[in-house]
Amino acid sequence: MPWACWARYRSPPRAASAHLAAVSTFSDGSARLRAPAGLMGRELLLLRALREPRAMHGFALGEWDLVLRQARGTGTVARLCAIVQAAGMFGAVPARVRERLETEHAAVTQHHQLIRWEVTRVRRALAPVGMPLILLKGAAYLLADLPAARGRNFSDVDVLVPRDRLLVVEETLLEQGWEFTELTAYDQRYYRNWSHELPPMIHKHRNVILDVHHNILPPTGRLRPDPRLLLEAARPLPGLPLSVLAPGDMVLHSACHLLQSGELDHSLRDLIDLDSLIRHFCSEGDFWAGLVARAGALGVRRPLYYGLRFAERLLGTPVPAEVGRALAHAAPPRAVCVVMDVLFTDTLVRGPSVHYWWRRFALALLGIRHHWLRMPPLLLVRHLLHKALTGHRTVARGTETE
Amino acid sequence: MKLGELAPRDVADRMKGQGLDLDTGPFVVRIETPITDLVDEIRSLYHDFPADAGGGLVDFHVAVRRPAGPFGVRRWLRRQAIAYLDDIRPFEPLPIHMAVPMLESSINWCAANQTNQYVMIHAAVLERRGSALVLPGITGAGKSTLCASLAYRGWRLLSDEFALIQPADGQIAAWPRPISLKNVSIDLIRGWAPDACIGKSVPNTNKGTIAYVRPPSESVRRAVDRAIPAWVVFPTFEKGAAGRLTPLPKARAFFRLADCSFNYQALGIQGFQTLSRMISACNTFEFRYSSLDDALGLLGALPLPSPRS
Repeated sequence: MPWACWARYRSPPRAASAHLAAVSTFSDGSARLRAPAGLMGRELLLLRALREPRAMHGFALGEWDLVLRQARGTGTVARLCAIVQAAGMFGAVPARVRERLETEHAAVTQHHQLIRWEVTRVRRALAPVGMPLILLKGAAYLLADLPAARGRNFSDVDVLVPRDRLLVVEETLLEQGWEFTELTAYDQRYYRNWSHELPPMIHKHRNVILDVHHNILPPTGRLRPDPRLLLEAARPLPGLPLSVLAPGDMVLHSACHLLQSGELDHSLRDLIDLDSLIRHFCSEGDFWAGLVARAGALGVRRPLYYGLRFAERLLGTPVPAEVGRALAHAAPPRAVCVVMDVLFTDTLVRGPSVHYWWRRFALALLGIRHHWLRMPPLLLVRHLLHKALTGHRTVARGTETE
Repeated sequence: MKLGELAPRDVADRMKGQGLDLDTGPFVVRIETPITDLVDEIRSLYHDFPADAGGGLVDFHVAVRRPAGPFGVRRWLRRQAIAYLDDIRPFEPLPIHMAVPMLESSINWCAANQTNQYVMIHAAVLERRGSALVLPGITGAGKSTLCASLAYRGWRLLSDEFALIQPADGQIAAWPRPISLKNVSIDLIRGWAPDACIGKSVPNTNKGTIAYVRPPSESVRRAVDRAIPAWVVFPTFEKGAAGRLTPLPKARAFFRLADCSFNYQALGIQGFQTLSRMISACNTFEFRYSSLDDALGLLGALPLPSPRS
């Protein structure tokens, strides 16, 4: 967007806020779905609409207003549109609402086109390196034609490469016209030494950010999945020189991203991803047994526990009771769980349902958790000192909460 | 009921509470603010717009408040205003006397960033006999001055900032919100249209002094009427220049128009088709001017494009 002054401001951080009414026990399989209500008592209608699309039949215009408001704040309007369409209830939506849903969906679909194009550019650029390109997250869902891609609003292309090829990948991309987005020397060092990805790159003639990962979580963090396992299990896409993670790994990556990425403004989108992936893959016979075992092998049972807990409670994701039992020992202490329930749900949907300052406070607490999980204490102190002294608000992209 | 017909107390109370829904034409804006000076300005600038009791579908939720900070300390330190679009804050806090530009910019920001039902061009749009004149232009090109001067001399105001083109039929929807004048233009328009209602001047903004002109009642009344684009004219104010219209090749006009668009890229093929249809059906010009009289004469005499076979 060009030069008009108000268009030049940063695009809105897409995020959210809400509240879980009660804490029920997930691990014993007795989780009941209760309508989450905001601290101010207003129900989180958006979650209800996502969970049971038929409920939208009875929405008055004022309720639609609230739903659209919450969806706009979380960047999920197009997704809502896809869900309304899939539920075959487009006719039941008031015309003015339908218009808003459709135009947003059209814009997101158009953006998918740009992402596909960018993927072909990256693929072509990296062809001489001679390795299969593994797509992650949005681009993977899109190219693999998964339901999770429908109406999903995203702007980056994420790829996974083996760590020992990172240097040659970087050099090749730089030769082919990609550049690092402006970053200080410290940021460069931060990414290279302590992060699981290269600093974000962008092609000089285009506008899509490229993130080159060598793992799904930072090497300095508490959880360190072995990326070789992910690379070995990756599945080629039919007819394309591209791969995506195996279904279980995709779900685990989604859960890790939800709980550990620090992109707190995208929590709802990540939660919807997780829900959609599970619903899509769970019909494969041994999906659940494989998933739990894989979470153990990769050492990411805790994020899976949280991910399933939140997905089941907030979006009604079908999780078998035995999976809950199998993951019971990955659960945090009960008090932590209660706190996480409140923080997570209160930061999920932005809008009028949760008090502004309370949400900011909850986001700050989650931000602290995120940093704590991301680096060992001494490094964290050093990092925060540096940031405090140089006046930068944040370094790891995604720790930005506003 | 028009905003100007509501009791001032009611308006202030509603804006202080749940917010007041203003039907601005293509978009319903809910405005919430406890700042009484701002309420007065809104009542004046949006005098002729329908105001609803609320409860319906709202496009933009805009709240302009005094930033409190933790425990409200900030209120004691500075008199400021800040806009919340739910909990997005698109702008830094500004001194409280800039609340009106803050509100107007926020509404613009919402349209530019949160809607896609129209192909949106940063342009002033006016209409005569059903034909629309589109004046795209960067800030400082004199677009708003031209817009205000034409709007008070026989042209109908469609919009000062946004050309909203409907992809379905290529017609332009009206969004006749207040016109923002800057610096010397303010007195110029005061002299040009003594009957125009111009709000308080706001000094020291990043664009200098700004004042907003209430849109003519007739334009607001006809806000639902679309217009068919006929002329695309890129204005440049040049001191001392004689008014001169130069035909602009359509391909160049296309790219300059696309460059002024907020969502041309986001709409993809739809954006391309809409703009190319519009450009091929319009006469396209560059326009240098220094005097409003010249401009009024030249733009008023623009030939209608020949209908394409």
